[in-house]
Amino acid sequence: MASRQRGATDPAGDREILSAGDVARTVARMAHQIIEKTALDAPSAPDVVLMGIPSRGAPLARRLAAKIAEFSGRTVHEGTLDITLYRDDLRRGPTRPLEATKLPEGGIDDRLVVLVDDVLFSGRTIRSALDALRDHGRPRAVQLAVLVDRGHRELPIRADYVGKNLPTSKTEDVVVMLEEFDGRDGVVLK
Amino acid sequence: MKHLLSTDGLDRDQAIAILDTADRLKQALLGREVRKLPTLRGRTVITMFYENSTRTRVSFEIAGKWMSADVINVSSSGSSVSKGESLRDTALTLQAAGADCVIVRHPASGAAHRLAGWLKHTNTSVVNAGDGMHEHPTQALLDAATLRDRLGSLDGRRVAIVGDVLHSRVARSNVHLLTTLGAEVTLVAPPTLLPTGVEKWPVTVSHEIDSELASQDAVMLLRVQAERMTGGFFPSSREYSIAYGLNERRLKLLPEHAVVLHPGPMLRGMEIASVVADSPQAAITEQVRNGVHVRMAVLYHLLAHEEETA
Repeated sequence: MASRQRGATDPAGDREILSAGDVARTVARMAHQIIEKTALDAPSAPDVVLMGIPSRGAPLARRLAAKIAEFSGRTVHEGTLDITLYRDDLRRGPTRPLEATKLPEGGIDDRLVVLVDDVLFSGRTIRSALDALRDHGRPRAVQLAVLVDRGHRELPIRADYVGKNLPTSKTEDVVVMLEEFDGRDGVVLK
Repeated sequence: MKHLLSTDGLDRDQAIAILDTADRLKQALLGREVRKLPTLRGRTVITMFYENSTRTRVSFEIAGKWMSADVINVSSSGSSVSKGESLRDTALTLQAAGADCVIVRHPASGAAHRLAGWLKHTNTSVVNAGDGMHEHPTQALLDAATLRDRLGSLDGRRVAIVGDVLHSRVARSNVHLLTTLGAEVTLVAPPTLLPTGVEKWPVTVSHEIDSELASQDAVMLLRVQAERMTGGFFPSSREYSIAYGLNERRLKLLPEHAVVLHPGPMLRGMEIASVVADSPQAAITEQVRNGVHVRMAVLYHLLAHEEETA
């Protein structure tokens, strides 16, 4: 599987979009973009915090924070923000388990919050995240970083940092795998 | 889940799911200025209390309000109940008026089950907030949440429930829930305050408190329920207190990590000495705090999913 060519389709019809190496390179590139866009390496750098949206946004935020520290020498705090209680579709399915919420040290007031998620699709998760953030404090500004943007937005929301733009059909499934949950990194289109 | 009527019949996965949700809610609300979640916006929760209560009613009301539900309180005095309306008619009225959830406390054992039966073909959920001498499931859930906080898991933990087991819905609910969660329960009470059939419960029974304390991870004290007592169950309060009250001497018999619980209201000097109630081992105010999160979790599990009619 590891030696499979990128873009190849396996017998089950799954297509690998990003390999483990691609994920690592993409995260590194996004870290550079965050440093550049927020001017993190400037003397008057803003106070940036990364908030990962569980489940897979949380380890992505941790990885981005580590890369940002490595490239810029600046420590950025990170946390997790569960948005389940803010969803608009809770009554359209079985009870959803809640995930962890952990605010970064010092909270989010007057800081530049970068929301981090694995896939940007309808935009409804991000709408919920913006509502949740508002209840936790008043950030100076909010930006969005996603590993994959698969299109089909249902709300006027866009990402500031996109790892991979992936045109999809609505019936396809984008699966982001991360070491922490899935034993390996990769992105597959099913 | 549509109703929460008892802990008997609540399986381990369901119980743990509710407790985990309560933990997450506690975490989500930690350190916030605005303790308000939009989750149950537009849902109507009605509390119907036919018996006095402070903490249960208030904590259900806070739980509903923190999740943005509209909470309406009905008590037996001041409502049509005092004009002679039956429980069934009151329930159907509240359902017709738009209640998504009815939380009921009633002096008759089985009242919540009857209510759920009458509301069977509707979308209205029923929560049992204490029915006579039968069950009080949210109390048991908040006790379990408090024990999890203090002890980690409940698997293999030993919990003694001491006092008026006979009249206690808290004891019944806890016996079911704590054993479901893997704890070993010992009931400690005089023979007159134990229910008939207790030998069939999944518990150990003892009539003597001192010898039990050293091996317990937690002790739960029950209030002696004078209002439900019609005969002589023990010679005097003083004698009861000497034989079964948790006093300072007995506190020292407990292991250091052991937790002291009381569902409230406490009768200081009777089943629990004042210094014990205020000791660091007592988790009585934590129980109340957890009560709000557990009841939020229960409302979440009952109301925040697609409709089920059954």
